[in-house]
Amino acid sequence: MAYEGWIAACEEEDIEEEDVIRFDYEDRTFAIYRSAKNEYFATDGYCTHEKFHLADGLVMGNYIECPKHNGRFDYTTGEAKRAPVCQALKTYPLKQESGHIWIRIN
Amino acid sequence: MSDHGMIIIGAGETGARAAAELRSLGWAGRITLIGEEAHAPYERPPLSKQMLQEEDQPSPASILLAEHTAEQRIELRKAYKAVAIDTRNHRITLNDGSSLTYERLLLATGAQPRKLASPQPGSDSPLAWTGVFYLRTYGDAVSLRERLQPRKRIAVIGGGFIGLEVAASARARGCEVTVIEAGPRILMRGVPEAIAGIVAARHQSAGVQFKLGSAIAGMSSSKEEYLIRFGNGDSLACDTIVAGIGAIPETALASESGLAVENGILVDERLATSDPDIFAAGDCCSFPHPLYGGRRIRLESWRNAQDQGTHAAGSMLGAAAAYAAVPWFWSDQYDLTLQVAGLPDAGTTTVHRSLGAKGDLFFHLTAENRLAAASGIGGPGIAKDIRLAEMIIASQAVLDAEVLTQPELKLKALLRS
Ligand SMILES: Cc1cc2nc3c(=O)[nH]c(=O)nc-3n(C[C@H](O)[C@H](O)[C@H](O)COP(=O)(O)OP(=O)(O)OC[C@H]3O[C@@H](n4cnc5c(N)ncnc54)[C@H](O)[C@@H]3O)c2cc1C
Ligand code: FES
Repeated sequence: MAYEGWIAACEEEDIEEEDVIRFDYEDRTFAIYRSAKNEYFATDGYCTHEKFHLADGLVMGNYIECPKHNGRFDYTTGEAKRAPVCQALKTYPLKQESGHIWIRIN
Repeated sequence: MSDHGMIIIGAGETGARAAAELRSLGWAGRITLIGEEAHAPYERPPLSKQMLQEEDQPSPASILLAEHTAEQRIELRKAYKAVAIDTRNHRITLNDGSSLTYERLLLATGAQPRKLASPQPGSDSPLAWTGVFYLRTYGDAVSLRERLQPRKRIAVIGGGFIGLEVAASARARGCEVTVIEAGPRILMRGVPEAIAGIVAARHQSAGVQFKLGSAIAGMSSSKEEYLIRFGNGDSLACDTIVAGIGAIPETALASESGLAVENGILVDERLATSDPDIFAAGDCCSFPHPLYGGRRIRLESWRNAQDQGTHAAGSMLGAAAAYAAVPWFWSDQYDLTLQVAGLPDAGTTTVHRSLGAKGDLFFHLTAENRLAAASGIGGPGIAKDIRLAEMIIASQAVLDAEVLTQPELKLKALLRS
């Protein structure tokens, strides 16, 4: 089913435990995370330091580490946690329903 | 007596990180950051990459946001050079003759490009001699980018990382590029031959010419061009000469003040110099690395600058911890990215792991089968495994070399076991 204002992003099992995938929608790009506790989160796709996609990065606990220069964010809140990043990432609400993941991007 | 509190000499990556960290660790007194350059601390890595490639001249990429510097009360003294340290009286002198006293001092003076020794044309040269270009500062990059006009012939002396990044950027700007290297191959330092081969092939397919094993005998100029002459009698005509032949740690201030210097300012595992109130960090220092049997090394890498700057701040405030971060380096050329974690030359065997379209990894193992280093080349997809390898290096776990080559093995699993 579809929800007003929500976009179907992926299936729960598309993402491995403690990992991240890329999701593109129109001309925008996002990163969708699955934590070790099987919770799901979404942020902007590109790092706030330079334009590199976070989906190539490593997920450790609540952190996503940028693949380019190892800047770190808390993907649950978007907070910048380690240099060189100093600007927070935008986060987006997600919704899970019978194995599907929906994202609200506006 | 110590009216300036914590003083940092050198406002580069290391100095900037140390200043910010001193404040976040709770130091409430003054923090003075002294830098010879006219700019607030900026990142050097883009100087050989975006800075040379982009159509419009980029501004320096600032390390600290101006509002943070103000908020954290970091007193930045731009365009001041520290010229002397009086260690007995905890006092430094600046180039305008003023002096400041410190409680603790950090030397974060970085490195300077090594200069060519070969004879160069003088003022009698028929073509106005612009000199050999070097690349370390924002100003250097601004001058060099002016020379990178379409179809201009650029001779890059030195097949190390900076030379190769300049070559790739010059090709992106439509220049004709020749890389001259005295050694038998490019990237002689720090990466395995297989990676050097992949990088060389990428440059060749982009149209870069190589002159390997070529010692330079001299340079001259005619009315229109410069001429580089080689030992074997060959010569190469070009419009601009850039040299990237290594860097020399900036140690003059330290040695004049009587501090021990050995391939950089000598520090212990806490990053303290031979004077317990003076610390050194980043490109300017040599330090013993606990993960490599205490071997003394000096790194020229951006992450080391960050991590040591951060660590030194703790040591200045009395922390006893040893600096043990795994060395890490990256380079970008065209669409290729290269990352190295650890010290490849500390390994005795190398095993290859293919990541398919994402790229290639090489694991460098010690005689005891511990991971000394991992190097990767390819697209952004190599980063995750290099990062995991870095954690495996830090763990000093004994590994099965055979297992590392198996594509179905997940490196994350090795860390959990
Ligand atoms: C073109 C280029 C590209 C690079 N690319 C990469 C890369 O892709 N990956 C990577 O890992 N690393 C890269 N590096 C290396 C990285 O930038 C350095 O390791 C890092 O900048 C070192 O930081 P530092 O603060 O120790 O020294 P520096 O950045 O050299 O800063 C030292 C500062 O101290 C100042 N100073 C020195 N003496 C005095 C004095 N007496 N008084 C006042 N000020 C003084 C200098 O003017 C300078 O501003 C690159 C370097 C260059 C030059
Ligand atoms: S691009 Fe993410 S840390 Fe630099």
